[in-house]
Amino acid sequence: MKKIYILWLRQIKRYLRSKSRIVGSLAQPLLFLLALGYGFGSVYQKAGEGNYLNFLAPGIIGMSILFTSVFSGMEVIWDRQFGFLKETLVAPMSRFSIMIGRTLGGATVATLQGVLVMLISILFGFHPASWFALLPAVFIMFLTALLFTSLGTMIASFLDDMQGFQLIMNFLVMPLFFLSGALFPLQGLPTALGIIARIDPLSYGIDALRGLLINAGHYGLGMDILVLGAVTLLFLSLGSYFFKKVQI
Amino acid sequence: MIEVKNLTKKFDDFVAVDNISFQVKEGEIFAFLGPNGAGKSTTIKMLTTLLAPTTGTMTLNGHDPVREPSAVRRSFGIVFQDPSLDDELTAYENMEFHGVLYDVPDKLRRERIEYLLKFVELWDRRDNLVKEFSGGMKRRLEIARGLLHHPKIFFLDEPTLGLDPQTRNSLWNHLKELNKNEKTTIFFTTHYMEEAERIADRIAIIDHGKIIASGTAEELKQKTNTGSLEDAFLSLTGKSIREESASPNDHMRTMRRAHGH
Ligand SMILES: Nc1ncnc2c1ncn2[C@@H]1O[C@H](COP(=O)(O)OP(=O)(O)OP(=O)(O)O)[C@@H](O)[C@H]1O
Ligand SMILES: [Mg+2]
Repeated sequence: MKKIYILWLRQIKRYLRSKSRIVGSLAQPLLFLLALGYGFGSVYQKAGEGNYLNFLAPGIIGMSILFTSVFSGMEVIWDRQFGFLKETLVAPMSRFSIMIGRTLGGATVATLQGVLVMLISILFGFHPASWFALLPAVFIMFLTALLFTSLGTMIASFLDDMQGFQLIMNFLVMPLFFLSGALFPLQGLPTALGIIARIDPLSYGIDALRGLLINAGHYGLGMDILVLGAVTLLFLSLGSYFFKKVQI
Repeated sequence: MIEVKNLTKKFDDFVAVDNISFQVKEGEIFAFLGPNGAGKSTTIKMLTTLLAPTTGTMTLNGHDPVREPSAVRRSFGIVFQDPSLDDELTAYENMEFHGVLYDVPDKLRRERIEYLLKFVELWDRRDNLVKEFSGGMKRRLEIARGLLHHPKIFFLDEPTLGLDPQTRNSLWNHLKELNKNEKTTIFFTTHYMEEAERIADRIAIIDHGKIIASGTAEELKQKTNTGSLEDAFLSLTGKSIREESASPNDHMRTMRRAHGH
């Protein structure tokens, strides 16, 4: 337990120390929120759908969680290149605990980032339907973060260096984001897009956030949590399976 | 304490370790010598569960690194040849992290961290981030960290590389004492022949993945009819300089060295 805690603590310390990383990863969500939120606001309103910024904010929170989590998971590659990974791999603890400690740490960092984005959105005009929903929303953020951190760790187990990173960003992370319903409503989508969105686990995270924060869920909160939970378990076990095979 | 039989490691077609066998007894100080690229680090990585062997068997403290990695990991400590610190943590935090992972009890951990950081003269810098350290300071910290828990077997892969003579000396004194008081088995590599001659009970010389000679320093000198271990080494391994087929990791290593990390 204490070992998992110290692995977790390490991730948190690293995050809090890299001020430039915090600021940098807030800039992008902010840009999306302002440009799209204000840009499409009037069109969206005319279509009779209400306030686009309100609709968009949970999507942008989901986006920043997705990016931060996958990146945190993939930090394993960094640790491998800079040599620190060896230090943990020869220590008397199971690979599974190492994976859990790292994943919890990465997920906490991503959740913090999500909360920051939520607060900033509120500052720029996002109105949650109820303030009491914020706490359960943080729980959903953490679950989503856990899912994508394990995915990141799993991917990192296959890659030797950061060269594959760009590939993963363009062919996995970007599609996960754009096809998730972060930017558009899931109702009345063309069949193909609807099916793709249903396969994308991020859809469920963002849908749950919308259900809680603006009372506009599509799949239903129960369904969202079920899918998020199940996929997280799947990725965690796959991730630790592949992480076990990592050699230096 | 360590038994290796017909151990081989291939990277694709390249044979890095070629059918080697040797034994190290409990409480022995064993030096593993060889030119660059001979396969020393690769052997250590296999013994320490970081790399799976292609063929052959090993046991450490009675356990097989392939089938019982957890039991093996509880028996040894290691100082790596390559950097293995977290640059974004302080010196103290790196020590603390290690102590917790190796189950060193709280009180003992604090005492040892203080003792060891003073020992390598980094106590005053304990709250500095490691990325602010010079190459030699990082090396000293890695040594201190390696000594934080007291394992049955100690692997030291070129521990004295880049250390000043003072630190080198006190390191060996410290290790000799551990070896005497706790019967710690010590397995080390070095390119300083006088170090091996002075410290090691027994020596194995490896070249191109094969063990070409082993015995005490005296035996090796007699065998080659030479006056020093250095001459014995040269007579056994030849005088040509080895060109390494560098792996990506090696490139990283050289780059980092070149940038003075
Ligand atoms: N991951 C790897 N992939 C491919 N080749 C490798 C890998 N690791 C090591 N090698 C090769 O195996 C050989 C032995 O390397 P090793 O690191 O064991 O040498 P060494 O005896 O420790 O040398 P040095 O004194 O330079 O540390 C070298 O030719 C090296 O290039
Ligand atoms: Mg080596």
